[in-house]
Amino acid sequence: MARIGVFVCHCGENISATVDCENVSERAAKLPGVVYSTDYKYMCSDPGQSKIKEAIIEHKLTGVVVSACSPRMHEPTFRKACAEAGLNPYLCEMANIREQCSWVHEKSETTTNKAFDLVRMLVEKVKNNHPLESIKVPVNKTAVVVGGGVAGIQTSLDIANAGHKVILVEREPSIGGHMSQLSETFPTLDCSQCILTPRMVEVAQHPNITLYTYSELEHTDGFIGNFNVRIRRKARSINEKLCTGCGLCCTKCPAKKIESEFEQGLAYRTAIYVPFPQAVPNKPVIDRVNCRYFQTGKCKVCQKLCPTGAVDFEQKDEIIEVKAGAIVLATGFEVKNTDFFPEYGFGKYKDVINGLQFERLASASGPTQGEIRRPSDGKIPEKIVFVACAGSRDVAKGIPYCSKICCMYTAKHAMLYKHKVHEGTPYVFYMDIRAAGKNYDEFTRRAIEEDGAKYIRGRVANIYEKNGKLIVKGADTLMNGRPVEIDADMVVLATAAVSCEGSESLAQKLHVSYDSYKFFAEAHPKLKPVETNTAGIYLAGACQAPKDIPESVAAASGAAAKVICLFAGSELTREPIVAKVNRMPPPIFSTCMGCGMCKEVCPYQAIDKEEIKNRNGETIKTIAKINPGLCQGCGICVSFCKSKSIDLEGYSNKQVYEEVLALLNS
Amino acid sequence: MKKKLGFYPGCSLEGTSREYSESVISLAKRFDIELEAVPDWNCCGASSAHNLNKILSLALPARILAQAEKAGIKEILVPCAACSNRLITTQHELFEEPELKKEVEETTGMSLSAPIRILNVIQFIQEYIVPELPNKKVNAFDKKVACYYGCLLVRPHDILQFDRLEDPQSMDEIMKTSGAEPIDWPFKTECCGAGLSLSRSDLIGKLSGKIVNEATERGAEAIIVACPMCHANLDMRRPVINKYMGKKLNIPVLYITQVIGMVCGLSPKDTGIKRHLVKVNIN
Repeated sequence: MARIGVFVCHCGENISATVDCENVSERAAKLPGVVYSTDYKYMCSDPGQSKIKEAIIEHKLTGVVVSACSPRMHEPTFRKACAEAGLNPYLCEMANIREQCSWVHEKSETTTNKAFDLVRMLVEKVKNNHPLESIKVPVNKTAVVVGGGVAGIQTSLDIANAGHKVILVEREPSIGGHMSQLSETFPTLDCSQCILTPRMVEVAQHPNITLYTYSELEHTDGFIGNFNVRIRRKARSINEKLCTGCGLCCTKCPAKKIESEFEQGLAYRTAIYVPFPQAVPNKPVIDRVNCRYFQTGKCKVCQKLCPTGAVDFEQKDEIIEVKAGAIVLATGFEVKNTDFFPEYGFGKYKDVINGLQFERLASASGPTQGEIRRPSDGKIPEKIVFVACAGSRDVAKGIPYCSKICCMYTAKHAMLYKHKVHEGTPYVFYMDIRAAGKNYDEFTRRAIEEDGAKYIRGRVANIYEKNGKLIVKGADTLMNGRPVEIDADMVVLATAAVSCEGSESLAQKLHVSYDSYKFFAEAHPKLKPVETNTAGIYLAGACQAPKDIPESVAAASGAAAKVICLFAGSELTREPIVAKVNRMPPPIFSTCMGCGMCKEVCPYQAIDKEEIKNRNGETIKTIAKINPGLCQGCGICVSFCKSKSIDLEGYSNKQVYEEVLALLNS
Repeated sequence: MKKKLGFYPGCSLEGTSREYSESVISLAKRFDIELEAVPDWNCCGASSAHNLNKILSLALPARILAQAEKAGIKEILVPCAACSNRLITTQHELFEEPELKKEVEETTGMSLSAPIRILNVIQFIQEYIVPELPNKKVNAFDKKVACYYGCLLVRPHDILQFDRLEDPQSMDEIMKTSGAEPIDWPFKTECCGAGLSLSRSDLIGKLSGKIVNEATERGAEAIIVACPMCHANLDMRRPVINKYMGKKLNIPVLYITQVIGMVCGLSPKDTGIKRHLVKVNIN
């Protein structure tokens, strides 16, 4: 026989202002199966919890209904209290009479009646609860980090320094990401490579980090603590063990006119190449699409030159299977570099470049050794126009969001230009100056006030070439929309920051949700910014939204902290709210027919088929089997099951029917 | 088989740009297309109505559409850029918003049952002329031309989904099929001054002047247009332009239909080429 206790909370005045709590408690006492009922001002307080504990012992309660706020707030509190009094925590339920009643209704008898109805439903439910035990899952203490930009580097180092193994997977031949391409960083103007390369080297030398460059994540399955990850190491055509990184092979490669990705097309590279001098690993790679040997079958000059015989044209892609407890995505972003602004002439005029290209021009290691020379004829530009928001915050272009980094890097560009070309004039067209950040506004003011960048608030209508100049036409909206025309020598477009190519398919592979711009989605925009909706997969850096370096690094350390927390114990405790296929004695075994519909609809790949065999090993029946480690308790399989063979623990069909019936039988 | 299309000329094609009308009609005829004017058509409201009164600006085109529907027209050619813009916008708005449609129908006293297909002149040429052009072509227009689209031709972009908004290409492509060499120039959609032609004709010298001058400087031998307003400003206002620019700019301004007509061997009378104020020395 059920012995249920009901505890009605006033929540100060939050509930009692509109609900007559005493009345609810008195009526609840008369419900069949209820042996004890009381109300109290703050049920979540220590004395409140003590009331529950004492009642459990004194009245030998078999179930508890706390009628208070949302279970999202205090369910753990009350379940813990029950457990302390010796009652299985899953025999405690909450009736939400605050969010779902007192807060949304006026004070009236009807409101009180509704609160009572909610209590009545939960009393009927809890009668059908049975004790559940939380699920323990072992944790594999290795993390896979995808992406070797500054975010991926930071996450890897943090996790590795905490003593855990890290596998860092980078798609490009070297780690470093966009940060390695930057000249100087805002707001301090310190050299980007100088602060990044020590970290890159640290990654390469760290005993806990295994680095796979020129590699891609191909497949994952499994679940938090127990992922199986398949990595494809693309054939580098170089035996990394033999290669000493001397660079001799690159000197005589006949394919020399290949646009360098690292230099953003502003310089050429050879077919066998090291992307940049500080690359980690400092081992070349053969770009098979442009390699003469791979295209014509003749050449092999690099192989002849290599003193250690490291060049290997026969090398094949290698598949590596690893087991990991956590995955961190740090795949970063791209800047748009197409002609999606045909009126700005990007791609048509050589001297209209994007922000990343300007970074290369300003970089000491760049194609001009840091001198600001325009790409078309190498002249030092006397006037440069910088266009902020070239595509960002533009609904018509399909990118309504702010790319966040452009205001700052545009100010930096204007400054760098002025520092290098004293007689030059930088113009900046902007919509708003968004410089929120430590020392950020001071930085943009410095660009304007000390370095004399001419800021014009307005948008650029079009850019065209005339007599060797780029005519930039725009409007000055602070001068009543007066048309402005500037005959510039070079134009730098702060094109929108967009998600990386391939991010959508990666998200689908990992079952991570993403937004309409294909940036990965965090589990909660405020309280779970580095988690994803898939347990055990975390986000770091600009793969989630445009972020600058400090923010990316902060997010990366945040993600690392989450992974370290996960790895702190040897096993994971999970809520036992999972789906279960019913089992019964032979000859039925289960009402499941093995139709497999549940397997199809499960968003977490938690369902597999199980064969029931007789003593001779012959299959008698095939039924569905749910992996409790993977199941997230969403209940989709329950609703799809035609034979009603699946139930959700804690929310069984029986429990829900009883709740509904209680409401109908009032 | 003879193709039949509805036709809405609008005021310009009956007045200052008769040659546009003439060339459109003769070109259609040359391609076996019969143009049937909307019976008892009225003003589309053009540039003034939508600045004054929302309902009026919708009611005027709505009546035209209703008249067309009554005449059994399913597809209609609207050569004037302003007219086609007004008709397309109105039809879109009315069929998107039933409440508004009801109000406008009450105003006009005429109802609209289904949207009809409204073609601007470029869409018409792309669809009905270009595929047949190789068969009808008798000579090539081997000139360097500057295609000038003006502001309205490829708009409203979100409804039309036709061509690139700021750097359109459709006219250039059509001119290539006529044997012309379109120049790459930045003023394809630059403002010509439009309706200010009447109230501030001095401004036309500056605005249209830049366009005519740029086309000349970039080596064009003709400017190609598809809008009566553009034509009026670039052609009729040439004296104002020349005065403002302080030079004598002789580049002729031709309607795209006139050029294709010439390529297909239509006579100067059919294309109305003699009606321009800036003399056309191209045969």
